[in-house]
Amino acid sequence: MTENTLSYCPGCGHGTAHRIIAEIISEEGLQSEAIGVSPVGCSVFMYNYLDIDWQEAAHGRAPAVATAIKRLLPEKFVFTYQGDGDLAAIGTAETIHACNRGENILIIFINNGIYGMTGGQMAPTTLPGMKSSTSPYGRDVKTMGFPLKITDIVATLPGSYYVTRQSVHTAANVKKTKKAIRKAVQYQKLNKGTCLVEIVSNCPSGWKMTPVQSNKWMEENMFPYYPLGDLKTPEELPTK
Amino acid sequence: MEKELRLMKGNEAVAEAAIRAGVDGYFGYPITPQTEIIEYLMEANPSQTTGMIVLQAESEIAAINMVYGGAACGKKVMTSSSSPGISLKQEGITYIAGAELPCLIVNVVRGGPGLGTIQPAQSDYFQATKGGGHGDYHLIVLAPASVQEMADFVDLSFELAFKYRNPVMMLSDGAIGQMMEKVYLSPQKERSKTAPDWATTGKPATRERNIITSLDLDPNRQEVFNQKLVAKYNEIREKEVRFEEFQCSDAEYLLVAYGTSARVCQKAVQIARGQGIKVGLLRPITLFPFPTKRINELADKVKGMLSVEMSAGQMVEDVLLAVNGKVPVYHFGRMGGIVTTPEEVVDIIKSKFIGG
Repeated sequence: MTENTLSYCPGCGHGTAHRIIAEIISEEGLQSEAIGVSPVGCSVFMYNYLDIDWQEAAHGRAPAVATAIKRLLPEKFVFTYQGDGDLAAIGTAETIHACNRGENILIIFINNGIYGMTGGQMAPTTLPGMKSSTSPYGRDVKTMGFPLKITDIVATLPGSYYVTRQSVHTAANVKKTKKAIRKAVQYQKLNKGTCLVEIVSNCPSGWKMTPVQSNKWMEENMFPYYPLGDLKTPEELPTK
Repeated sequence: MEKELRLMKGNEAVAEAAIRAGVDGYFGYPITPQTEIIEYLMEANPSQTTGMIVLQAESEIAAINMVYGGAACGKKVMTSSSSPGISLKQEGITYIAGAELPCLIVNVVRGGPGLGTIQPAQSDYFQATKGGGHGDYHLIVLAPASVQEMADFVDLSFELAFKYRNPVMMLSDGAIGQMMEKVYLSPQKERSKTAPDWATTGKPATRERNIITSLDLDPNRQEVFNQKLVAKYNEIREKEVRFEEFQCSDAEYLLVAYGTSARVCQKAVQIARGQGIKVGLLRPITLFPFPTKRINELADKVKGMLSVEMSAGQMVEDVLLAVNGKVPVYHFGRMGGIVTTPEEVVDIIKSKFIGG
C-alpha cells in the first residue's frame, strides 16, 4: 500500500479488500509481476493505493483490457478489480467473454448492490424491494428486472477455473477471503482459466446506514440471495 | 534485403505489412468491407512465426479496449474496422488519446449513416479528423490512395504513434481495401524486445510505479494536461504534414482530394488538360495534420478550388478554412457507396469555373 489517504467512506469494505490484495502481492513476491486494472466506480483511484503498475480502464472494459495485457505479457500476474455496475451491467459482455475464453486473469468483483460513486443508484445486483435513488419505492422486479447473479453464470462457463463468493465484514471472513484470493493467485500461475472472487460488501453511505447497521443488513438480506462459498473449485493444487 | 512483389487486396496488404512491421498484437471483429484483414492474419498464424497475437474479440468495443491494454504495455498493437464498427470504438479511442497511448486503427470506410451500405465512401472524414469521441483530442490521420500505401502506412503509423504517443488512424475506404494491385512488401522486422519507460510491464524495484489513466478530477491539472495535448498537436501540425501535388505548377484550378477520390481526380486532371483546361491536384496524405499552409499558398495562384470527396462535403470545410476567402471553393462528390467518375469531375469543373 502507498501512503495516500483512501477516498472511501468510513466502514466501507473496499479498503479491507485493497489491503488483502496488497498483502498477498507482497507475501507472494508479486510486486514486479503484478499489473492491475481498475474500473470506473468507487475504486477508480485504486491505482493511488497499491504500489504496482496500473491501468485505468473505461467503464466495464477491464476484462478486455486485462485480456490483452495477459496475452502480450503472459508471464505477468494480471488482475482486475471491479464493482457490480462495472462488471455486471455495462461490462457484462466483456466479463462473460473474457471468462468464456478462459483468459488467465483474476477478477476481483466487489458486489454491494448499488452504484456507490454516483451516489446510490440501482445496480444490476440491487435486491428486490431495495431502495436506491433510482428505485426510490424499492426495486420492482416486474419493471426493473431481477438482481443478476453473474458469478453463478461465470461458474457455468468452461473457461472459468476457480469461482468463489466471500465477504470482508468480520475478521473470520477477512481470513477466508484472503485464503480464497491467495488460492486464486496460485491457480493463476497454472494458466488454466479465469479466476473470479466475488466479495459481497456493504455501502453504508449508499444504503443510508451506519457501518454496523449495514453489515447486519448485509448478513440478513444480501447473503441469502448471494450465499457465500465456493461456486467452482478445480482439483487441489499440486503439492510443492 | 530486397522488397517482395505481390498482388494483393488493400486489406490483405495491411495484414501482411503488420506482420512484417513486427506488430505485437491485432484485436478485431469482423465487418465488411475489411474482414479480410483478420481472416488473413488468422490464416497466416503469426503467433507461430513472429509471436504476434491475433485475437477475435466479442465486439468492436472489446477490441479497442484490448488495444488500450496492449498499448499501455508499450506494445505495437492495432485494430481495424469499418464505419459502424469505428463508431463503436470511439469510447476506447478517446481513452487511448487521453492516456496518450500509441496504436494503429484502420478504418476501411463504407457509406452511412447507420448501417448504411457496404460500398466505399469517404463520409467518416469529420469523425476521423475532428476527434470522433468526446473531449479535445486529435488522431494523426493517414489517407492511403493505393494498396501500396495501405502496406507502407502501417510502419509509418507506428513510427508516428510512438514518436508522439498518439493514436494513428489509417483512413482508407472500401475501394482501396477491396481492390487488388501490385505491392512491394518490406522485409520482416523483428518485434521489439524493449518497452518504453512509461509502459506498465510490472514495477521493478528500480522505478516508481507506472499508471496509465486519463482521469484527473483537479480542473487545474486537467487544464495543464489539455494544454500539453494542444502543444503536441501543434507540433504535429508543424512537422508531419504530408501531401502530393499533381500538375499544380501552372494550374488555374485546383482539385483537392484524398484516397480513392484522388485517383479519380488524377484522371480528371488529364481529361481536363486534354480539353485545354489547366487543372492541378493536391492530394493530402495526412488529413490531420491537414496541408492548410500549402493550400493557402496555392490559393494565391489559382482561380478556384474543388474539393472532391465521396461524402456530402466534409473535407471542403478544411479547404475553406485554408483558403480563407481568397478564391471560390466548391464541393463535389457522390455518396451512398457510389464512386465519383473522372468525367463527372470534369463536368463540375466546367460548370463551376468555366461557365459551361
